[in-house]
Amino acid sequence: MALLEVRDLTVVFQRKGEEPFRAVDGVSFDVEPGQTVGLVGESGCGKSVTSLAIMGLLPKRGAKISGTVKYDGTDLLKLSDKEMRDRRGRDLGMVFQDPLSSLNPVVPIGLQVTEVLERHRGLSRKEAMIEAKNLLDKVGIPDPNRRLKEYPHQLSGGMRQRALIAIALACRPKLLIADEPTTALDVTIQAQILSVMKELVQDLGTALVMITHDLGVVAGLCDEVNVLYGGKVVEKAMRHKLFAEPRHPYTHGLLASIPRLDAAPGEKLTPIKGSVADNIPWEHGCAFAPRCPNALDVCVQVTPPEEDQLGRLLRCHNPVVPGTPAAEEVPV
Amino acid sequence: MLRYTIRRLVQLVGVVLVLSLLLFAWMRLLPGGPVSALLGDRSTPEKAAELTKQLGLDQPIFVQYIKFLGRAATGDFGVSTGVQPGDSALDIFLQRFPATIELSFFAIVIAIAIGVPLGYLAAKRRGGWFDNFSVIGSLIGVAVPVFFLAYVLKDAASVGLGLPSQGRQGDINATRVTGFFTLDGVLTGEWDATFDALEHLILPSIALATIPFAVIFRITRAAVLDVLDEDFVRTAEAKGLTAQLIRRRHVLRNAMLPVVTTIGLQTGALLSGAVLTEKVFSIPGVGQALAIGFERRDYPVLLLLIIMATIVYVVVNLLVDLSYALIDPRIRTR
Repeated sequence: MALLEVRDLTVVFQRKGEEPFRAVDGVSFDVEPGQTVGLVGESGCGKSVTSLAIMGLLPKRGAKISGTVKYDGTDLLKLSDKEMRDRRGRDLGMVFQDPLSSLNPVVPIGLQVTEVLERHRGLSRKEAMIEAKNLLDKVGIPDPNRRLKEYPHQLSGGMRQRALIAIALACRPKLLIADEPTTALDVTIQAQILSVMKELVQDLGTALVMITHDLGVVAGLCDEVNVLYGGKVVEKAMRHKLFAEPRHPYTHGLLASIPRLDAAPGEKLTPIKGSVADNIPWEHGCAFAPRCPNALDVCVQVTPPEEDQLGRLLRCHNPVVPGTPAAEEVPV
Repeated sequence: MLRYTIRRLVQLVGVVLVLSLLLFAWMRLLPGGPVSALLGDRSTPEKAAELTKQLGLDQPIFVQYIKFLGRAATGDFGVSTGVQPGDSALDIFLQRFPATIELSFFAIVIAIAIGVPLGYLAAKRRGGWFDNFSVIGSLIGVAVPVFFLAYVLKDAASVGLGLPSQGRQGDINATRVTGFFTLDGVLTGEWDATFDALEHLILPSIALATIPFAVIFRITRAAVLDVLDEDFVRTAEAKGLTAQLIRRRHVLRNAMLPVVTTIGLQTGALLSGAVLTEKVFSIPGVGQALAIGFERRDYPVLLLLIIMATIVYVVVNLLVDLSYALIDPRIRTR
């Protein structure tokens, strides 16, 4: 049985006097124990909302959540606030995007690590401090005893993110959700953080849901990848398959827009034209159709169903043929 | 930190000097003066001239000021001409200061004890009926003049609830140690005296607390709303911490900075509110002396009391600034 089974997860934001907005639209995926699964897409595709819905961190008012999120067989969406509090931090950990704003500026790092240990593992403050020191050691923070007494502003960005990883993994959760954990960091630090996460997740046997817009992160880390567009999974495949033969034009476009070291000098990047603002509602066809180089007439008439085809789950009327070069060059 | 404190205290000396000079000049620009206030209808030009000379008011103003400074340096702030004629201004201040401190202290305690929790709850339930209700309530709190509310409380609540409609007077039949009615009872074990003093403080301190309460409530609400949106609160939620711990350690601690600033600034409002409250409830405090002193143009008493109020205000705000460092480590290490 999968550790996490997300089925038909839908999140609709409803504000007074505004059209309801479907941020997540029937997303389904599984995470096996110890597996790393990527959720990939550009801003606004619903990847962060998906993670917050799994963690039960969406505001109660204004967000309507439906579907099921089964963790070890229990539907997390049906749990009470108190039951969910008991699980967060213990069974599910989460690392966020901006390490500076994600740490409390007026509380020492040590206490921010120990509070989760005291809460879920019933340790005394003293025992928790010893454990916190070990944790900081494990995530590669030098001189942990000193750092425990310091405040977030006294740490570097990379160290802060390491501390947040230590906090998220303190209770050895079976599932870690990382929401763009490297986006706010220097490129040099990004690689370090990813390798620390990879190592720890492997050591602890923790499953990882990696949320990112960066396909480079996916390539180095994920076993399986879900590509999201407009709140729906448009392509789901094992990593190798996805990178070798992207079939959804959106995935293909994402890969084609990455700068390559082996490209000829002067060669232009091929961006995906348009922006998320051009989307059409899924009820009227494929949301990506207005931006899609492969679009057919049927794409703006019939919603493409999610089909098991070409060795993957795909939501497309006219998949990319393998070997197709990137779409025609568009001046940036 | 120590250097900062010393610098601020030196600044205070400058503030007091400038203020005393301005007050000295301004008071003498007021129409009337102690002479006409003292003599009233019985005034004749001869008597007036004699009294003017006696009080030293016939000399040029800067000579008066220099003389005042010289005497003040030895602790002599002059003799009251109107509030308690014949008593030294310093004695009047020392007699009356405890009553005002007691009143202001209870008022600010009430304002904080109700304003902060209510502000937190309103923010937490933003847009709900509780929030709307308390925001409107706080508006009323700011808008209703203290003297009006004081009279309403005095007449309605004292009759309806049987609470004393006047402040504790100086003639209390209890041992005096510090001059603070409530504290003396505790120190001497005369609990009934403390209880009695507290009972007399209820209505005046409620009247005085309304404006600081409303301001503290609104600032707390706004500050908590800001903090609730912060990423670190989401992190705390992701850790599964209990709601109480998140509130105390993560939300309120961060929201306290603007609230503490407000509390400091509100001490100024308390001092001016005390003038009205003490007058309405006949509390023999500094505020009452200021009101009487102003009517009777009691220069020495007015000067000393206003300067003392300024010192209290500056010192409270210095304490507030110092407390920032306790609350926010980012300020400490700077």
